[in-house]
Amino acid sequence: MNFLKRFTSLYIDGFKNQSKLSRRLWLIILIKLFIMFAILKLFLFPNFLNTNFSSDEEKSDHIINVLTNKKSEK
Amino acid sequence: MNEIDFTLVDWSRAQFALTAIYHWFFVPLTLGLSFIVAFMHTIYYKTGKQEWKNMTKFWMKLFGINFAIGVATGIILEFEFGTNWSNYSWFMGDIFGAPLAIEAIMAFFLESTFIAVMFFGWNRVSKKFHVLSSWLVAFGSNISALWILVANAWMQNPVGMRFNPDTVRNEMENFWEVLLSPTAVHKFLHVLTNAYVIGSLFVIGVSAWFLLKNRHVIFAKKSIVIGAVFGLLSSLFLVVTGDGSAHDVAQTQPMKLAAMEGLYDGKEGAGLVAVGILKPGKKAGDDKDEYVFAVKIPQALSYLSYRDLNAFVPGINDLIYGNKEHGIRSTEDRMEKGKIAVKSLANYKKAKDANDSKVAAESLKLLEDNYKDIGYGFLPDKESSVPPVGITFYSFHLMVGLGFYFIIFFILALVYTLKDKIAVKKGFLKLAMWSIALGYIASELGWVVAEVGRQPWTMQDILPTWMSTSHLNTGTVVLTFWLFAALFTILLIAEIKIMLHQIKLGPKEERS
Repeated sequence: MNFLKRFTSLYIDGFKNQSKLSRRLWLIILIKLFIMFAILKLFLFPNFLNTNFSSDEEKSDHIINVLTNKKSEK
Repeated sequence: MNEIDFTLVDWSRAQFALTAIYHWFFVPLTLGLSFIVAFMHTIYYKTGKQEWKNMTKFWMKLFGINFAIGVATGIILEFEFGTNWSNYSWFMGDIFGAPLAIEAIMAFFLESTFIAVMFFGWNRVSKKFHVLSSWLVAFGSNISALWILVANAWMQNPVGMRFNPDTVRNEMENFWEVLLSPTAVHKFLHVLTNAYVIGSLFVIGVSAWFLLKNRHVIFAKKSIVIGAVFGLLSSLFLVVTGDGSAHDVAQTQPMKLAAMEGLYDGKEGAGLVAVGILKPGKKAGDDKDEYVFAVKIPQALSYLSYRDLNAFVPGINDLIYGNKEHGIRSTEDRMEKGKIAVKSLANYKKAKDANDSKVAAESLKLLEDNYKDIGYGFLPDKESSVPPVGITFYSFHLMVGLGFYFIIFFILALVYTLKDKIAVKKGFLKLAMWSIALGYIASELGWVVAEVGRQPWTMQDILPTWMSTSHLNTGTVVLTFWLFAALFTILLIAEIKIMLHQIKLGPKEERS
């Protein structure tokens, strides 16, 4: 219990007493994660198979169709 | 038949290459610097001297900047797997999923726990636990790199799996075979030692700047000694791991090795090109010479490839047209078998849907017998089994050349510092600063050799690149390419700017 208290206070004090640089880095991390997950992932990077097919069977049917019917001519 | 949109394939490849190259600007410094910080922290723990504490704190701060800006840049690659490379992701099955899941869990626990202790733990936790945290961060970040490298090695040498035609996925049969395949072991060790070289070059380069400015002289000299010793040991080991990697490539990806060496016609007792220029316009099957000029180390390629000075090393022509004398099958032969495998897969599916168990069993047998060549069934012509030779050849030789340069560089850095002459070697100090960039160039070139050299495969001999992409709108891929280019460039500029500012501030001279 004592260990847990010391451990959490390490984090709390650490975050409270961060340097200006440290705060700026956290800001960069948060902006970056926001762009990645709230913009890129949400609007530009949907999972192709999950979006277009509802079951694993449909997904495997699609892949087998691609593998056996695609024509590769450069 | 559906036509493949090669513009889409090329943009998808460009996008993946861009994100991977940018991601790799951040990763090696984290891996290399983490150990250097742990060494310095240990010296402080052992000696209790304030100067080592200051040193540890300074390099830890630069490590923190690089870590913060680079963290999660690899996640974009995972987005791309799901969006742009869905055929590939599905086909790879759990082989990719399992290692990446382990990486995510390990990274989360180690990074959120011990990095916090490392940064916040000064005077808050015992010195012993604090230094242990630095080591755990170093080991944790290095081990978390293991899993993605294992997944990459598996693509280059797919082992420990079985193809399931019902799910159309490659399923892991033997985790240990995947983890401990020679390709995975060599790749892991080679990439890691390369990261240690970059970490060492960074420490020496930044310290060189302090010496040129005549600031923090003692700090800089001590940092150079640590960087030079770690860098020298790492660069020597890099030769060993590089030799192991090339030997493995000869066994598992002979076409890549032939491209690395620009070797068209196989030879017994083949020499290794030390320096050379390829003949422009040279193509497989023509009569042109391979090189404008080439200085070769006699028999070294045979020894490197098969540990036998007189062994036959197949060239591009042998691999395309076959070589009966040396038991090498032609690409045409493999294409025929591959087409049988693809047709059997289609027949198996039809038979299963029609509940025709006899035809399903026959098709499955044919598929299994020819599965190792299935990728060749997708090739439009035999020449498309050849990777871009020029890019692979020059990247490989530049990387190797830089690797040997680093050994000499670290020896000089160590000797000059131990003789206390480093501060007056202005030319060398300037070279040390530029060598940071050379470290990154060598590292990126290594990935170019690995990834361009394995074309046309995303999964060696099983799945070509153009069968791996999703059917997307090319415009969206182009848009996201430029978005990533902008995002990563901003991040890189931010990193360099913040890093330079902190370097200019220098280490804090705290008193005990």
